[in-house]
Amino acid sequence: MHTSEVLTAKEPGTGQHPYRLQLILLMISSSMIFAAYTSAYIVRRDEGNWLEFALPVALAINSAIILVSSGTMQWAYMAARRNSIKQVRIALILTFILGLAFLVGQWNVWGDLVASRIFFGGTDANPSGSFVYVLMGVHAFHLVTGLIFLWVVLRKSLRYEVHSKQMLSIGNATIYWHFLGGLWLYLYLFLLLNH
Amino acid sequence: MAANIPTNAQAQGGIGVSVPHTEHEDHLHNDEHHEQSFISKYVFSTDHKVIAKQFLITGIFWAILGGTLSSLFRLQLGWPEATLEWLTPVLGKWVEAGKLNPEFYLALVTMHGTIMVFFVLTAGLSGTFSNFLIPLQIGARDMASGFMNMLSYWFFFISSVIMFSSLFIETGPAAAGWTIYPPLSALPQAIPGSGAGMTLWLVSMALFIVSQLLGGVNYITTIINLRTRGMSMSKLPLTIWSFFLTAVLGLLAFPVLFSAALLLIFDRSFGTSFFLSDIYIAGQALPNTGGSPILFQHLFWFLGHPEVYIVIMPAMGMVSEIMATNARKPIFGYRAMIGSLLGISLLSFVVWAHHMFVTGMNPFLGSVFMFLTLIIAVPSAVKTFNWLATLWRGNIRFTTAMLFSIGFVSLFVSGGLTGIVLGNAALDIQVHNTYFVVAHFHLVMGSSAFFGLFAGVYHWFPKMFGRMMDEKLGYIHFWLTFLGVYLVFLPMHYVGIAGFPRRYYSWTGFDTFSQFADLNKFISVAAILAFFAQFIFIFNFFYSIFRGRRATENPWQSNTLEWTTPVVPGHGNWPGAIPAVYRWPYDYSKPGAETDFIPQNVPFSQTQSSNMPYEREMAD
Repeated sequence: MHTSEVLTAKEPGTGQHPYRLQLILLMISSSMIFAAYTSAYIVRRDEGNWLEFALPVALAINSAIILVSSGTMQWAYMAARRNSIKQVRIALILTFILGLAFLVGQWNVWGDLVASRIFFGGTDANPSGSFVYVLMGVHAFHLVTGLIFLWVVLRKSLRYEVHSKQMLSIGNATIYWHFLGGLWLYLYLFLLLNH
Repeated sequence: MAANIPTNAQAQGGIGVSVPHTEHEDHLHNDEHHEQSFISKYVFSTDHKVIAKQFLITGIFWAILGGTLSSLFRLQLGWPEATLEWLTPVLGKWVEAGKLNPEFYLALVTMHGTIMVFFVLTAGLSGTFSNFLIPLQIGARDMASGFMNMLSYWFFFISSVIMFSSLFIETGPAAAGWTIYPPLSALPQAIPGSGAGMTLWLVSMALFIVSQLLGGVNYITTIINLRTRGMSMSKLPLTIWSFFLTAVLGLLAFPVLFSAALLLIFDRSFGTSFFLSDIYIAGQALPNTGGSPILFQHLFWFLGHPEVYIVIMPAMGMVSEIMATNARKPIFGYRAMIGSLLGISLLSFVVWAHHMFVTGMNPFLGSVFMFLTLIIAVPSAVKTFNWLATLWRGNIRFTTAMLFSIGFVSLFVSGGLTGIVLGNAALDIQVHNTYFVVAHFHLVMGSSAFFGLFAGVYHWFPKMFGRMMDEKLGYIHFWLTFLGVYLVFLPMHYVGIAGFPRRYYSWTGFDTFSQFADLNKFISVAAILAFFAQFIFIFNFFYSIFRGRRATENPWQSNTLEWTTPVVPGHGNWPGAIPAVYRWPYDYSKPGAETDFIPQNVPFSQTQSSNMPYEREMAD
């Protein structure tokens, strides 16, 4: 699009590219969704009639997976700065696979929850369980957008468009991926401390 | 008069509305010579000015509809015994044996609120003017992302289509009030409007929120990143400050409404119990246990309260700008104006529970929210006094826009005073859910924001369409609207203090209230007349687009950058280089100056006679 080219030719006011700022603003906006849910969770829990249950162990494994994926994402970013295009591709593919693995893992956790009779809805459901599904589900939705973003960056890197002179897209993807990982760790710790 | 304004626009002089793309011919940054098709120029346009007009015209459509709905329920309230058979061709089965269906009455009230708050005063107001003015006033060629901006409009459009279609479904549109409190909104058994109508409402609002976020992210990014040379944050017109903070509020508040809406969707369609517990309806106990309807109110009002500032702050910014221009005086207390906007923005997030004083909350907590709520009177008063001080001994030009701006201040004061009453928990509990509340928010936020919207349209119409709106019709429109608003809402306070409850379809069965039959009739007559007065505006608007007097580049002799563009700016806004900014936007009637206004792009070196001592240094 020609307009954006015209615009980026101008001096940016913060030294940040507009897309970087837009990403940060959208992340703040997403954080508000989770801030709303976690505070609603606490308000609701304090009203009583709250079913307590142990979180599935697999959540710890998933958390480890997403933590590692943040590492590989950082690796991809550093490799791009060093212009090691091959490493960028490998690291991005690894991150993508780990992201998928995390999603599959979360899906399986839902299975575990159902097996232990913690339901999302229906007569036997208690909000304590429903909240876990909502938090995991809304986070998973964000993670899917992260995977799409990774896919776009990966395609760019296959076309040699990600290197030390073109760091914007991989930089944004890295920030977003760390955000998603950090968000999950927050949610996991929150659930561990407050279930 | 305008001789000392160095603008490339003057060379371009008389570009008419219909001349396309002259700007490409001497475009410094863009050597693409492409012809845009009708579709890419007017439909899927990425030009902020076209998107602004799309928002405006969609907003006008919604305003007519919202006004029509209010006239319908005012008919019911004013003449409860009358037969409404004659409305059958429009309302169809909602008129039963000459009577308005009571459930449809609730739907009318709900849709009136939803449409006015979200589709007109949020999307129509800040969607129009943030889009139109941000790039023009900060000196940018377009928004940071034209594509996201286009998406923002089209998400709004799809959301509009869904909301509009919900008016025509068999069970009727959502009817649980614009605040959609569960359990009423969650249970289709409770009221027909909580069936498919509510589902469409929620889907539509989810898309609306996406639209607002895409727009808001763009506004903030554009203001932070794309200001022209010299345009520091402390030289921004107050319009931009207000749009900026409005977008920040939207970005923080709308996601929370989204969260609440999503949980409500789960409760309605997926059998969860976030907001539902121990309900016995139509002879049946529901299985839902453990939910909390109050939780919904907390989530809703965490958006809902900032939302009223999302509605009013753009109007405040535009009024400040229009007042300074037409009083030919600098805005009084520029920094205090920014400070009070910041104060209002901050406070708007910590007062939501004043909507919930009767939910049985801890009285101590209630006092905290009451205290914080009353503090909002401080920045609001700062703004009001600054507007009055701007008018004081000004060389006032009573343009239509100026009249509406003064009207805005009047309504904001009248409505704001009752806000102090309602902010007090003890008083609020007394008048909760009465017409006193309705009168309060219709004055302070509904009508005021509408006046800001009108002021903005009258003021920036020449830059939008290259023609002037008719002043005489504007005066008639202003006076009918101004008087109409007061005639509607002043008696409403009185009725409200007497305890008259809002949202009641029929009140004739109660002796306490049936004595207000005359007053209700009076309010209805005033409301319907005020509604019809709006068609003067609509005629003026559409007639002037095609037949209005041709505008000059700077018809109001204003200082801000949008008036340095050609009469109708093309895509890219300035045909040549973007002007740099040297001074604040309020150099009106500066002592010693040759003209009574000095635009922002005039360097101090050209205005030696009027420079202050510290400005002389800058000129060197």
